[in-house]
Amino acid sequence: MSILSRASRSAIALFTLGWALLLAAADMDYGLQPVAIADGTWVLVGRSEDFSTTNGGNIVNTGFIVTPAGVLVIDSGPSRAYGEQLKRAIARITDKPVTMVVNTHHHPDHFLGNQAFAPESLAALPGTISGIHSEGGAFNENMYRLAGDWMAGTDVLAPAKPLAAGPLELGGHRLELIALDGHTGADLAILDRSTGVLFAGDLVFNDRAPTTPHANLAAWQKALDRLEGLGFKQIVPGHGPVAKDAAPIRQTRAWLGWLDGNLRQAAEDGLDMTEVLAIRPPAEFRRLAVVEAEYRRSVGQLYPAYEQQALSRPGRNAR
Amino acid sequence: MHRVRGVAALLLASCLTVGAVQAAPGDRQADPLDSPRWGDMRKEFFPAKARVVFDQRVKVSAPLTAENALNVPVSVDAGALPDATEVLVFADFNPITRIVRFRPEGAHPGLGFRIKLQQSTPVRAAVKTRDGVWHVGGTWVNTTGGGCTLPSAGSASPEWQKRLGEVSSRVWERKEGGERIRLRIIHPEDTGLAAGVPAFYIQELKLTDEQGAPLMHIEGFEPLAENPVFSVDIPAARTAAGYRVSGRDNNGNAISAVIEK
Repeated sequence: MSILSRASRSAIALFTLGWALLLAAADMDYGLQPVAIADGTWVLVGRSEDFSTTNGGNIVNTGFIVTPAGVLVIDSGPSRAYGEQLKRAIARITDKPVTMVVNTHHHPDHFLGNQAFAPESLAALPGTISGIHSEGGAFNENMYRLAGDWMAGTDVLAPAKPLAAGPLELGGHRLELIALDGHTGADLAILDRSTGVLFAGDLVFNDRAPTTPHANLAAWQKALDRLEGLGFKQIVPGHGPVAKDAAPIRQTRAWLGWLDGNLRQAAEDGLDMTEVLAIRPPAEFRRLAVVEAEYRRSVGQLYPAYEQQALSRPGRNAR
Repeated sequence: MHRVRGVAALLLASCLTVGAVQAAPGDRQADPLDSPRWGDMRKEFFPAKARVVFDQRVKVSAPLTAENALNVPVSVDAGALPDATEVLVFADFNPITRIVRFRPEGAHPGLGFRIKLQQSTPVRAAVKTRDGVWHVGGTWVNTTGGGCTLPSAGSASPEWQKRLGEVSSRVWERKEGGERIRLRIIHPEDTGLAAGVPAFYIQELKLTDEQGAPLMHIEGFEPLAENPVFSVDIPAARTAAGYRVSGRDNNGNAISAVIEK
């Protein structure tokens, strides 16, 4: 008798919990507010934070360009819910259909909203598409761990349409697709020559420390040089506020330059990784959001390669 | 029913009292890392009669948060203790708790290395001094984990197997005096916990000077990270014109290299 009642109580508790979770999921509102930065050009600026169950992964900038021929979406956000809310935010601004959704690179906060959009509208550089195929599943699992319930229903949907560098005309907007690498193996930047807006993806961070899980620092620096030479009027970084000059490019370059020099010197000095972690980034970088966490992650991601290089060179070196 | 519960409560209370009495001697201090596994660790690694004390002079450095559970850096330094003879490093919540045991036979009583962790856990070093007392220090490492049940990258690559046991190394003069040796050994360090991949890891490394005088003995266990990297400091009195490392893995493959300056 008491066992039965306990079982039925558990069932009721589970049922209630299930409903509570569903209701909570319905409350998962990112509060997306598109901001117009140029003619037909809208940006949604995420928080300068790490992924968390509080921000639901909304630490990323997405954007869209409304043209008479349809809407181009640049990055779809960190979850299915984000993608769906982005789509609704676009529908509040225009009745034009979304004709193309571009993922600037294969990191999870830039493509996990893809499910909200028509599969045939999704497009990315070939390296991004293969990256999503090979690593998307693991990214998605990790996002469930980091962002929790916000991820409900999110699956990996890779674009089928490969993009190539070059001009792209869309409803009177003269766009330039620029294929670069360095932040990952394939990073797409989009320059709208009609408005002067440069969507730089994660090649550029603004007042938030850059992430480096797939970084090639030398290639990244080259990509930054290329972006700086483009003659844009506004730059939309992958993370952090929109800017009207090249300051975010210079800031990203300075951070990567310091990181590279610091890790090289540390390896040449024979430092153990725990000693490298104890180094504090210089004062000029301390105002960057999440700089301590990103430095720690970057040491873990990048130091082994510097170490290997230092260890493979025989010979005595004074410290 | 109430009566039974009352008896249970009494029994529980008396157990707690006994526990409190036993905790009085100095070697039963509260775990500063407050880990529910400490009691098991105490039983597993130390004889009941051994004196085990928590001691802040044993420094364990590791990141508070480790995103890459396959490669978590850890440095142990027992240099503040007068005469460390043996150091055992373990992680309470790892499926394989034992990580590495080393005897500083002439080297500074410290070691830098990297480990795999399965979940958030204390990482501790127990340092035995000549009087037989174990001094325990440690730190919590938070990680999303999974590091112990993943196969190594090396286990999937036949090309890479040709380099098994290859040592790269370098010696630095230290500002503080003495020298630092860093070495990296090509080895998959498979834990045996990933499906279909048997345990395959370095069990023993001996670091000597070129004359063969011992400097450091390292006993390795499964949780050491793939292609392990070690940092060892040599006091000025024991520096030599060259060094040598030798050892073997659990399959009997030999490791042997001259560490040139």
